[in-house]
Amino acid sequence: MANERHTLTALVDNEAGVLARVVGLFSGRGYNIESLTVGEVDPAERTSRITVVTSGPPAVIEQIEAQLKRLVPVHAVTNWTFATDGVEREMALVKVAGSDRSAAKQMAAKLGARVLDDRGQATVFELTDAPANIGSFIEAMRPLGLCDVSRTGVAAISRDPG
Amino acid sequence: MSQSDTLTAQAKPETVSLTGAEIVVRALKDQGVTHIFGYPGGAVLPIYDALFADNGITHVLVRHEQGATHAAEGYARSTGKPGVVLVTSGPGATNAVTGMTDALMDSIPLVVLTGQVATHLIGTDAFQEADTVGITRACTKHNWLVRDANDLSRTLHEAFQIATTGRPGPVVIDIPKDVQFKTGEYLTPEQVRHRTFRPKTEPEAASILRAVEMMAAAKRPIFYTGGGLINSGPQASAALRELAALTGFPVTSTLMGLGAFPASSPQWLGMLGMHGTYEANHAMHDCDLMICLGARFDDRVTGRIDKFSPGSKKIHLDIDASQINKVVRVDLGIVADAGKAIAEMVKLWKAKDKKADAAALKDWWAQIDRWRARRSLAYEASDALIKPQYAIDRLYALTRGRDVYITTEVGQHQMWAAQRFKFEEPNRWMTSGGLGTMGYGLPAAVGVQMAHRDALVIDIAGEASVQMTMQEMSTAVQYNLPIKIFILNNEYMGMVRQWQQLLHGGRYSHSYSEALPDFVKMAEAFGCLGLRASKPSELDAKIQEMIDSPKAVLFDCRVDATENCYPMIPSGAAHNEMILSALSDASVSDEGKMLV
Ligand SMILES: Cc1ncc(C[n+]2csc(CCOP(=O)(O)OP(=O)(O)O)c2C)c(N)n1
Ligand SMILES: [Mg+2]
Repeated sequence: MANERHTLTALVDNEAGVLARVVGLFSGRGYNIESLTVGEVDPAERTSRITVVTSGPPAVIEQIEAQLKRLVPVHAVTNWTFATDGVEREMALVKVAGSDRSAAKQMAAKLGARVLDDRGQATVFELTDAPANIGSFIEAMRPLGLCDVSRTGVAAISRDPG
Repeated sequence: MSQSDTLTAQAKPETVSLTGAEIVVRALKDQGVTHIFGYPGGAVLPIYDALFADNGITHVLVRHEQGATHAAEGYARSTGKPGVVLVTSGPGATNAVTGMTDALMDSIPLVVLTGQVATHLIGTDAFQEADTVGITRACTKHNWLVRDANDLSRTLHEAFQIATTGRPGPVVIDIPKDVQFKTGEYLTPEQVRHRTFRPKTEPEAASILRAVEMMAAAKRPIFYTGGGLINSGPQASAALRELAALTGFPVTSTLMGLGAFPASSPQWLGMLGMHGTYEANHAMHDCDLMICLGARFDDRVTGRIDKFSPGSKKIHLDIDASQINKVVRVDLGIVADAGKAIAEMVKLWKAKDKKADAAALKDWWAQIDRWRARRSLAYEASDALIKPQYAIDRLYALTRGRDVYITTEVGQHQMWAAQRFKFEEPNRWMTSGGLGTMGYGLPAAVGVQMAHRDALVIDIAGEASVQMTMQEMSTAVQYNLPIKIFILNNEYMGMVRQWQQLLHGGRYSHSYSEALPDFVKMAEAFGCLGLRASKPSELDAKIQEMIDSPKAVLFDCRVDATENCYPMIPSGAAHNEMILSALSDASVSDEGKMLV
């Protein structure tokens, strides 16, 4: 079966070791992690959201979801990829060097990135977009002097109020 | 309060202040704990002090922490209560890891308390420091490091809740030594409830209805039952018996589920899987409806997956949602407690006045009888040598009618015991299924006998396995536990030798049990009775002597060294490709050799 790319978000108790449990589940059972982000969502409730982008055949994705739900500090797991009601974003910092960086700046403007720093021998662009668009942006910068990339990983959330 | 709501939001109830160590003992007692299996050390001395001051709990001093975990497993599986273990930090905790993993694989509820170095020393490579929660994260259902005495009682109560509800499993509570000394507030079990942990146990009515309809329509059905029925409690076995009686369907079981259905029933096909009966495996292969109740399609059961029961519809009942569609895609998944769900099926079958397809079932049973006629458990008898199968048969015959509990080690003897010892009730059969841990049986027998003082508790053992934990004989002697260790001594790691013979060209690499101890003298050195039988003619009298002895007994039963355990589905083969007699190298694919 063909691999599919899915974004899973888990609402977890913000307690010691919870990230290790989630990561250990992936490494222990041989699942893929393409990107991982963690952040507190509610300090009063002490909950965090862990967003994992993974890929695998549908049956494996289904197992990952079920295995995640089995962890005691995991309250809920959502799989956004098939749901039309989820949105996901990633932020990337992309560094381009070279004596003439005007082509890179033009391309960046066209693709919606902004110049974050341009004071030295390199220009740092910032782009917040869907992960696939971030990938395209990086590819576009490659022939134009790309020298470094830092990506945050994906943050995802549902659109409905509940 | 990082884990749960204490039900104290509005009215603050009365609480008492105790030291951490006192909180541990009080919480255990409030949880109904009567026995703990443990071994002391520096990091748990305050808890041992609290146990010294309080005689409400029987502490069983083992000889190795692995023994404590297996004893607790045996205790748990034979009583339905959680097993409790207390060990020190560092080596105490690491020695307990095998038993935790064993309990995780076989879904046995264990609460393991480990000492830890004082909180200010954590992370400094202090004496006997180990990252216990890190090490045990992958081999527990959940674990905690408790840094504040005020969190201790809540964590302990939550630990019991998590270990025993939903799919049972082992949990670890790591308690630094300073936390054991400090005082904290004690909350009772009633004041604590985990914030989110609520396993689903009630079946959905629609699923039960669909299951009952599928069963009524089936022409070649089979109940494939497992350890979940034992974990669910005796009412699950009772419900299964009723459902089987109502439908007339054949029943098979995994290694872990033996006893849930009576072996004396004409509907019993015997165990299935790698060393299961011909009729059970063929019925699994050819059925048109497989009703899996509390089992998990383990590779030892399914054989080759792409040839597994190709023509059947499948129902899978499991309390753990992640088991459904994990290995085999099923047509109907039911996430619920086995006892509740089967009872609902019984109710609905009766209420809807369902009838099984009698004509189809008659043909199905006729087919099953043809498979049975192959007599797949038959073996060649001998007057000169004790055949291991014969030894099990005699052990069974001579212990009939008694209050018997059987534990095993791992290997051929385990499979012969599973094939031949007939269990009529649940909780009578303790074996290491998922992990296959040699050394499980002897300490497990200690745990079983601790809970059932007057029962006849027998560890059916191999001479290699028993050497892994034989120091627990000393524990048995200390607590006057008359366990019987019945060794099928074939002078080989028989199961390894069998695989080497069948799959590795007879190259017996390091599988001969050389330099064996004299087991009779060893028994005497421990203060047990040592017995030996080498000829079939003397076996019965010696077994009787073992049964009659009020002492712990080590029985060295010298059996045919090169007997193989059949039938067998070689790795990589399907249920209908069983080997009934000696097989040659050529019959196992290279792909099959890759599988364990
Ligand atoms: C702790 C552990 N180590 C290794 C194994 C692999 N293993 C499985 S069966 C077996 C041989 C067991 O020999 P014995 O106890 O004499 O039993 P027999 O097969 O001869 O009945 C071995 C080494 C295991 N299951 N457990
Ligand atoms: Mg042996």
